[in-house]
Amino acid sequence: MSSPNISASAPKKALPRKSLWAKHKIFETNSIVLIIGTLLVISVGGLVEIAPLFYLKNTIEKVEGMRPYTPLELAGRAIYVREGCYNCHSQMIRPLRDEIERYGHYSLAAESMYDKPFQWGSKRTGPDLARVGGKYSDEWQRVHLAEPRALVPQSIMPGYPFLARTELKFGDIADDLRANRGGGVPYTDEMIAQAETDLKAQATPDHPRAAELEARYPKVQARDFDGDPTRITEADALIAYLQVLGTLVDFKLYDDKANIR
Amino acid sequence: MNKHQDTPHEIDAHTGHTTTGHEWDGIRELNTPLPRWWLGIFYATIVWSVGYWVVYPAWPLISDATKGVIGYASRLEIAQDLALLQQQRAAQASGLAEASLEQIKADPALFRIAMAQGKAAFGDNCSACHGVGGAGAKGYPNLNDDDWLWGGTLADIHLTLEHGIRVAGNNDTRISQMPAFGKDGMLKPAEIRDVANHVRELAGLSTEPGADLAKGREHYAANCAACHGDAGKGSKELGAPDLTDAISLYGMDLASLTETISNSRAGVMPAWSQRLDATTLKALTVYVHSLGGGQ
Repeated sequence: MSSPNISASAPKKALPRKSLWAKHKIFETNSIVLIIGTLLVISVGGLVEIAPLFYLKNTIEKVEGMRPYTPLELAGRAIYVREGCYNCHSQMIRPLRDEIERYGHYSLAAESMYDKPFQWGSKRTGPDLARVGGKYSDEWQRVHLAEPRALVPQSIMPGYPFLARTELKFGDIADDLRANRGGGVPYTDEMIAQAETDLKAQATPDHPRAAELEARYPKVQARDFDGDPTRITEADALIAYLQVLGTLVDFKLYDDKANIR
Repeated sequence: MNKHQDTPHEIDAHTGHTTTGHEWDGIRELNTPLPRWWLGIFYATIVWSVGYWVVYPAWPLISDATKGVIGYASRLEIAQDLALLQQQRAAQASGLAEASLEQIKADPALFRIAMAQGKAAFGDNCSACHGVGGAGAKGYPNLNDDDWLWGGTLADIHLTLEHGIRVAGNNDTRISQMPAFGKDGMLKPAEIRDVANHVRELAGLSTEPGADLAKGREHYAANCAACHGDAGKGSKELGAPDLTDAISLYGMDLASLTETISNSRAGVMPAWSQRLDATTLKALTVYVHSLGGGQ
């Protein structure tokens, strides 16, 4: 078989030398070799670009004040993820002037070290939430979650009125803590054993175990978050989570200069 | 017929390029070289990357990465950027820091700067509750009118901004505590209804036919007048709203009034001196004062 535009009479030129460059045929004709070769090349990239992040001093900066989420905050975080809040809200203030002006100090890696997985997000239909804790009152959060346009007429956020009506299911909260410990969050045995008590203590005003909760989780904000002290609802959990975001590191004490990079 | 031929590298007469030697049903694959311009750019990017390694932080070493010869660091850059911003602002608003609120209000140049800075700060920090134009929402006061809960003079507004309303742990915060007359069992539901109707009467609104207004007046005098005044005119010292005007934070319909009297209301506002600097607070004060209702 010969195609018409290959002239049969054309003199066969000498074959190019079989240099190293010509040996790629083995990759192109053998899929297993190609896969192994690809994995090798990618792992070099991974080794050089990713592996150092686990040991370079300036990427594993320790920051004063970070603690694992309380059980109630963790339950709120699960609701945040369940409702897909991350689709419209980022939790990552970039080191850019306009962002710092609007949202506060740029985010530190250490601030999301107990987030499994982190909620940095990649899209801001709504504002960044990395430091939303304490910016608005619980009452504001409550009304805004139920009906955003009652407070911000131009908002396009959907309402979540069912959160305040739905009792929080927290029977498995100890398992949730245990799973996070598996991912490297330093929950102690005591924290796991007391998870349910701690959760109730944080959502109930003047709970008898509040002091223990505070001892386990410094700077914890314990109160009734959803305006209904008789029940622990999903709104309680979500608002507790929102109110802790970005509040754990005291930036009056944090020294930027020590970590120039 | 998928047949690999190893014989190959014939020259294609039409293009003059070699062929790869692959042939499928008589169709052979040309081994066309990459365009030179493309190859040129490709090699140039490789050369560029070497330059980049030298100039910028790049290769990870034992405990740190190479620093690069120009000493670039993203955190250093943003720190310089912010310092520059502060410097620019200081030059622009130096007058603002020294001038009193009244002086800023009176001086057209300072006033213009304060309004611009105040507007930016308001949009960022205040508009979530008070609305973009300061029109407020249920539970969040309208700042455009001249009905003030805690006073509408420059000094009053400045104090409210600095220390907030009902801020826990702040000694200078605005604070008042209306009792929850229903929840705490101070008034019975029927009595609350009478009081609510009396409040509507004070405001010149219609009352329910079955309500006992005389009793309502009695309970009002005993329970409410201490803060809201006999005539319902309120008190700015106590943050007790005027009940006689058409402006109401939580609504003057019977259902809202019943809720207010039964469970009380206690709106909060953050103490902004914790988040904003003194100059920004001054600018905000002047801005809010100028929205329409400043006294």
